[in-house]
Amino acid sequence: MPLWCLGLLSACASAPGSDAGPAPAPPVVSGAALAPVPLLDRLSWGANSADYERIRAEGAQRWLQEQLQADPAAPLPASVNEQIADMTISRQPVARLVIGLESQRKSADAVPDEEARKAAQHDYQLELNRLAREAATRSLLRDLYSPKQLQEQLTWFWVNHFSVHQNKHMIRAMVGDYEDQLRAHALGRFRDLLAASARHPAMLAYLDNAQNAVKHVNENYARELLELHTLGVDGGYTQRDVQELARVLTGFGINNSDPAATQAPKLKRELAGQYLRDGLFEFNPNRHDYGDKQLLGHTIAGRGAAELDEVLDLLSRHPATARTISRKLARFLVADEPAPALVDAMAREFQRTDGSIAAVLRVAIGSPAFAQSLHGKFKDPVHYVVSAVRLAYDSRPIVNAGPMVNWLNRLGEAPYSHQTPDGYSLAESAWSGPGQLAVRFEIAKAIGSGSAGLFKTDGPNPSERPAFPQLANALYYQSTQASLAPATRQALDQAQSPQEWNLLLLSSPEFMMR
Amino acid sequence: MQRRTILRTMAALPLATCSFGAWAAPAAGSKFLLVFLRGGLDTASVLVPIASEFYYRVRPDIAIARPGSLPDAALALDTSWGLHPALGDTLLPLYQRKELAFVAFAGTDDASRSHFETQDSMEMGQPLTGPRDFASGFLNRLVETLGGSSGGAAGGAVNPIAFTDQLPLVMRGGQHIGNVALQSVGKAVIDARQRDLIAGMYAPTRFSVPVGEGFAVREEIMKDLADEMDSASRGAITTKGFERDAQRVGKLMREKFDLGFIDVGGWDTHVGQGAAKGYLATRLAELGKGLAAFAATMGPAWRDTTVVVMSEFGRTLRQNGNHGTDHGHGTAYMVLGGAVRGGRVAGEQRVITEANLFQNRDLPVLNEYRGVLGALFARQYGLSARAIDRVFPGAQPRDLQLA
Repeated sequence: MPLWCLGLLSACASAPGSDAGPAPAPPVVSGAALAPVPLLDRLSWGANSADYERIRAEGAQRWLQEQLQADPAAPLPASVNEQIADMTISRQPVARLVIGLESQRKSADAVPDEEARKAAQHDYQLELNRLAREAATRSLLRDLYSPKQLQEQLTWFWVNHFSVHQNKHMIRAMVGDYEDQLRAHALGRFRDLLAASARHPAMLAYLDNAQNAVKHVNENYARELLELHTLGVDGGYTQRDVQELARVLTGFGINNSDPAATQAPKLKRELAGQYLRDGLFEFNPNRHDYGDKQLLGHTIAGRGAAELDEVLDLLSRHPATARTISRKLARFLVADEPAPALVDAMAREFQRTDGSIAAVLRVAIGSPAFAQSLHGKFKDPVHYVVSAVRLAYDSRPIVNAGPMVNWLNRLGEAPYSHQTPDGYSLAESAWSGPGQLAVRFEIAKAIGSGSAGLFKTDGPNPSERPAFPQLANALYYQSTQASLAPATRQALDQAQSPQEWNLLLLSSPEFMMR
Repeated sequence: MQRRTILRTMAALPLATCSFGAWAAPAAGSKFLLVFLRGGLDTASVLVPIASEFYYRVRPDIAIARPGSLPDAALALDTSWGLHPALGDTLLPLYQRKELAFVAFAGTDDASRSHFETQDSMEMGQPLTGPRDFASGFLNRLVETLGGSSGGAAGGAVNPIAFTDQLPLVMRGGQHIGNVALQSVGKAVIDARQRDLIAGMYAPTRFSVPVGEGFAVREEIMKDLADEMDSASRGAITTKGFERDAQRVGKLMREKFDLGFIDVGGWDTHVGQGAAKGYLATRLAELGKGLAAFAATMGPAWRDTTVVVMSEFGRTLRQNGNHGTDHGHGTAYMVLGGAVRGGRVAGEQRVITEANLFQNRDLPVLNEYRGVLGALFARQYGLSARAIDRVFPGAQPRDLQLA
């Protein structure tokens, strides 16, 4: 038995007892309390006056405890709730949405007149675009205004970890639900996150598993599941493991047809009852390879859909997964090159708690390395843009996230738009090049100069509310100002207008860090 | 005798006996562009092994037909190889003018078949065993070897740039190299005074150089592309996608930069890649148009320019269950340029049979990329074996006499 199997057994043995009960949680950080602004800049989507006051009122300890508890229904400002409730992706389950769109596509393709057909196909594409835009907007609104800031950051992290590209097939209609499924487990168990992505039509479509069938094997998803989602490229698997996992994954796919109008496939007698359908997700026994598989030294008995559960258990409890996920979380929340000792401590906690993300984060946040790292991470574009808007408008909700999506597009980090399955880079070097910085200053100017379209409604009769970014605010004078370098203060002193002062503050080296 | 010709003659000598230490500066006007096709290009659809029975047997739905057998069959390059018909208008003329060579069975010994692992290890260009410096790419080391980047504090001889929205690993390292996304070129919004104020804030920080470069490069690009913007705004027909980008790259490299990088995605054809027509054919046509447009835009400077087109790996020789191909190993490179010794398929080759496959699924790698590119750089820039060893440490030079 390889060594790691022993580790696996002990992890399983200790798992049930470690499930967090109702006992009061110990303090997250010991010793001196962390300063509110650096803490917010790292664990929230950027400091603003409202959260600054909140931490000052309740203390960093209590704020951290709250942040580590998941609450997918966290209250948002009423006007933001209304915006979200009005969205099609909030009103319709993804299966109904996609089944409706699929029939719209078919009718569009069947229009006999060429011009009319093109118009109908165009409408179909516009609807897909609109749904993806809704998902991006909902995501950004939660980042801006949710009191559960760490949960929203981790939601971004997992959507990026299990990355899909919206422009393939009908994924634009699915990304909203995909994000919601991952968000529900963002601070929960890794095994649940893995299962949520493995069964989601967005992932099954993106990595071609919907096409993976016995005698028509496609190993795309199998490879990325091992390399990117779980064990990591140095996790010790072989090409043979990829091929065997691809066999396990045969038959797991998507069904876009209306369940009321379609029948389950005819099955051989010995496969009777094996067909599964849940929304768009489908397990079709006729497409599954029922032979036994050899994966990572284990025999997976060929028996149908249960193989996937067995394999997800195996992968999520593999020590290499604990290390890979811990290292990536540390990259996101501590430093580009986290100390091996910290990663080891997080990985041990990952195994001890059977993959509890909140527990692993608790180890990271409580470490001395975390306190020392604050304001040492360079913001990637999404952190940059969201933190700028949070600071500029605080708790006054924007009505249009479109300009933010456009800025993220220009900066190369738009929602659901990374073409390859590795997701966006978490490293400074990916985002601090000359071309990146030059564009960032232009966006700083757009945000600093006025409302920038953030308060203008969409639609045929747009209305715009007056708004101006409030950056020279109480937070600035109480806290930020004192932390600025002399060169930054000198530049701010030379500003000739409030707009220019805003441009300089949002362009300052200090504002690039979190 | 032209200096370039002397270099070429001398470089034909075995590398080990050459020493060009005195000529470490790049040959005047010499230019290099690396085009990286991310996703793993199916090169068996580009450089088609028309003599391989096995190829036609294992690709019943996606093979490119033998020359002459169908209207849209492969275009014969020689008795062993054919060209994808989508490249007939663009790359075939370059091949016929001997300005395009292929390197068959090229690639890296990294057999992880991971896009990201392989791209990273290729861009680093370091030995696969032993410690690696993850912040050092081979084009950055080439710039250093050629006398340094003009963008750095010391003001060196080379003017490199990445035409990408992020600085690629291949260009990261000790030399300061700028980047600019060709898609985001627009009107200047930061005025000169604001630029100076921002630069002042960054003067004491580690971002001082990239901030300065970012402003400088944007101004340069604005200036060079002003007439394109001008004609576009007057309603002229403009090209799109890679062809437009390649024209811009050509213009900027003709006027200012001498070492460039651009990448193109979308080659990961697991499903329905098509054959003479279809998804891959469309992408190839666009690639061919772009490369031809780049060559034309360079004008007289094309004589001194070399372009290498490469991808992280090739794809499985057998088609998969979805009329596509999965991640493979051996691939083929294109080397283009006015002075390239083209019109041929270079490098060690084998007949493609089942027995000759790597791990019974992929094309083997017989021409390792570090050796091939190292020898190419030695010829193009007149670099010594020792200098090349700094670019590709420990690589065995593999001189295919390409430049």
